[in-house]
Amino acid sequence: MSRRRVVITGLGPVSAHGLGIEPLWSALCEGRSALAPLRSFDARGFAAASGGELPESYDVKDLVPKSYRKATKVMARDIEIAVGGALHAVTDAGLRTRGNDPDNPPTIPADRFGCHIGAGLIAADLDELTAALATSKDAAGKFDPGHWGQQGMQELTPLWLLKYLPNMLACHVTIIHDCQGPSNTITCNEASSGLSLAESQRVIERGAADACLSGGADSKLNPMAYLRQELAGRLAQCAADEDATRKVKPFDPTSPGALVGEGGGILVLEAEETAKSRGARIHAVLAGTGASQSWCDDTVGLVPDATGESLADAIEAALRDAGIAPDAIDAIIPYGCGVPALDALEAKALERVFGAGLPAKPIVTLAPSIGATVAGFGTIAVAVAVKCLSEQRLPARLNSASTGNLCAAAAPSEARALRQILVCTPSLGGQNSAVVISRA
Amino acid sequence: MSTSTNNKHGQKRVVVTGMGWITPLGHEIDAVWKRLLNSESGMGPTTRFDARTFPTNFCAEVRNYTIDRFVKDARVHASAGLNSQFALGAACQAWKQAGLDGFAGLNRKRVGLYLGAGEGVLDFDNYAAANLAGWNAEQRKVDGVPWADTAHKVLEKMCEVEQEPNMPLAHLAREFGIRGPALNCLTACAASTQAIGEAFSLIQRGDADVMISGGTHTMIHVLGVTGFNRLTALSTSKGDPTKASRPFDATRDGFVMGEGSGMIVIESLEHALARGATPLAEVAGYGSSADAFRITDIHPEGRGGAASMHMALAQAGIDPHARRTDGRAAIDYISAHGTGTKENDSIETKGVKRVFGEHAKDIPMSSIKSMMGHLIAAAGAVEFITCVMAIRDGMLPPTINYGTPDPALDLDYVPNKARASKVDICLSNSFGFGGQNDTLVVKRFA
Repeated sequence: MSRRRVVITGLGPVSAHGLGIEPLWSALCEGRSALAPLRSFDARGFAAASGGELPESYDVKDLVPKSYRKATKVMARDIEIAVGGALHAVTDAGLRTRGNDPDNPPTIPADRFGCHIGAGLIAADLDELTAALATSKDAAGKFDPGHWGQQGMQELTPLWLLKYLPNMLACHVTIIHDCQGPSNTITCNEASSGLSLAESQRVIERGAADACLSGGADSKLNPMAYLRQELAGRLAQCAADEDATRKVKPFDPTSPGALVGEGGGILVLEAEETAKSRGARIHAVLAGTGASQSWCDDTVGLVPDATGESLADAIEAALRDAGIAPDAIDAIIPYGCGVPALDALEAKALERVFGAGLPAKPIVTLAPSIGATVAGFGTIAVAVAVKCLSEQRLPARLNSASTGNLCAAAAPSEARALRQILVCTPSLGGQNSAVVISRA
Repeated sequence: MSTSTNNKHGQKRVVVTGMGWITPLGHEIDAVWKRLLNSESGMGPTTRFDARTFPTNFCAEVRNYTIDRFVKDARVHASAGLNSQFALGAACQAWKQAGLDGFAGLNRKRVGLYLGAGEGVLDFDNYAAANLAGWNAEQRKVDGVPWADTAHKVLEKMCEVEQEPNMPLAHLAREFGIRGPALNCLTACAASTQAIGEAFSLIQRGDADVMISGGTHTMIHVLGVTGFNRLTALSTSKGDPTKASRPFDATRDGFVMGEGSGMIVIESLEHALARGATPLAEVAGYGSSADAFRITDIHPEGRGGAASMHMALAQAGIDPHARRTDGRAAIDYISAHGTGTKENDSIETKGVKRVFGEHAKDIPMSSIKSMMGHLIAAAGAVEFITCVMAIRDGMLPPTINYGTPDPALDLDYVPNKARASKVDICLSNSFGFGGQNDTLVVKRFA
């Protein structure tokens, strides 16, 4: 049975280099890192005081219609990333929506427009919550539930909960751009973005939508979410006065760990015939996707699967879905966050799939430049893959020296003939995602 | 066997072969079903935390539950939070009923998971202690260094990791050795209906032969109840908590929180027949939509809910306006989202009328949330299971506490008492806060 082909027509990545693919792409090609001491909270009490924060110029109020500005008050940072990325992506795709052109009919009818945005576990803003909690202390300075129930909770704005529900990324985006088709929120840690892109693909294939705003967003740059990254063994030791730009060394066993970046964003996925009939510029083809679940000895996956077997299964499923052999992959963008055990899992999986061909496949590493972007990773990585294909160029690699049989050591940007790029990631929790992007 | 394993559009048929649930009314399929048909309520005073002064101090809690009698080795789940514990109990029942327990021929790479599991429960007391330790009253902000200092002492690694919403996936994968596609979605109150729908879609696409799907959730904790109380979504009825959840009644004043899990095993009919499994029902249609209206309000005409119902019915090949040859309306029962909030119940009623027109009044529609409360992300799965049971037994569960009709709400809500009825096709609705809507159509397997 022939199936609808899904193409990528709009890019709206958000990263420490800012909004959109251009600032990210030029930084990657020039080998610039945005990792720096964190501004949004005092992180000196944690293993790492630096990470990949969005630029100060990123202000969601500039990225929503005027009539929607009030709603930005109930947006956690994760939501702000998705909302900004969505506006950028629809504009890049040449789509008219209620969000960028409310006075004209939309390019994609509302009921044919879907939305799948992956999300992380969103932590509450501590300043806001604690201001309320502090009104309900007992004589010993401990939280007093009796006072809280009666009075303290009234200090929270009535809509407080809505800032932190992970589905609010998609809800705000669907409201702004009037997407009334299928909409979902996938929460699988690092695999969230890739699995969301795969879901949009499936929804478009089965005819339930013609276009989708798809992607994911995550910000772990607040004390609670940051602590969870640290407890999960993800953070490198990196004091505020150390050079964070040199710290993360993907696939180099001497890497001290990861630095966390916020980001993600939105891509426009579209049925090929819809894109062609409206004369859209097709950036690339979403050729295939795959997913799997790892066996984790410790159940939850804090100890990564040393065999890499299940991530390899996901990659092979994506290759089958794309109808291509491993040989046809010309570059790979793995999660490569710089945590040696996780990097080793990925390296093992890639060895299983590509065998003797692996050393000739250039690896694109994002983490030294923007940090580990967790639920936002797959969106940024696919946007970079698209740009690699359209520019026929690989970005620079930073920091890593000895990377075994992976072509992942530091290198400048180079022109390269590229047909297909693989994006893949394992996750804390064991879900794996793989996506194959083909040249348009 | 002459049964066609594809539908008339050439798509794979997908059947339910196992079900399980852990609910405020019990931990076993038939026992809970019996209590639902007896119009019993699972509500009582909140015991999970000190809620005595809260605007809402009652809910429907899962009682006397441990995973020990369900799982193979409880030690590998020692760190599991409540969500994962509920999920394990429900999924073990489903797995067993499906006959997968001792099935040697199972290819575990062709078995997937798609859950609508909620986030885990905060370690609230320790979290609050860290926040208060970091609080700088003059600057009205939390200072990072003292916060981190206390947090490092009091917050525990596994308890934090287990709060990630994908952890029930990890526990189920470990329990059953599942290696196929695994996803979790969290579209608030619609999550597990959506999970079942997308699991169905993955099987139809050929990405897996068997999926465990469903949901698990508890928000019965300080900040969960705080959040919904601030939104004024919860019932604040005084007096007997068993009377607090009053879907479709004119005096309804909000939902009552429940907790638990519903899990099902679904598989391609081809796979089920090849291994001699007994189909309990067929998943016939799935629809998903977004209101795209407001984060706080449902579209006043029920546009989004109607769209997801239309999509699910269309996939099932059902014309909502056509009568069957024996004169029955197009479907036999609707498991309502029916939360008991003013807004939901009136808009859901409008949406159903919008879809079924003059036939709507002939289609019984009830809300088991009147009895077990709102299981949030897990609600849809539990309600889907109810539909399968209604088909099996020809019985419709009631909407209890229905006493004062609301003039604008004029459908058949199966008030107060279960009813015997011929049931072959059911529709189950779930509408999420923020506007994501999902509908499943399930029918008798034939």
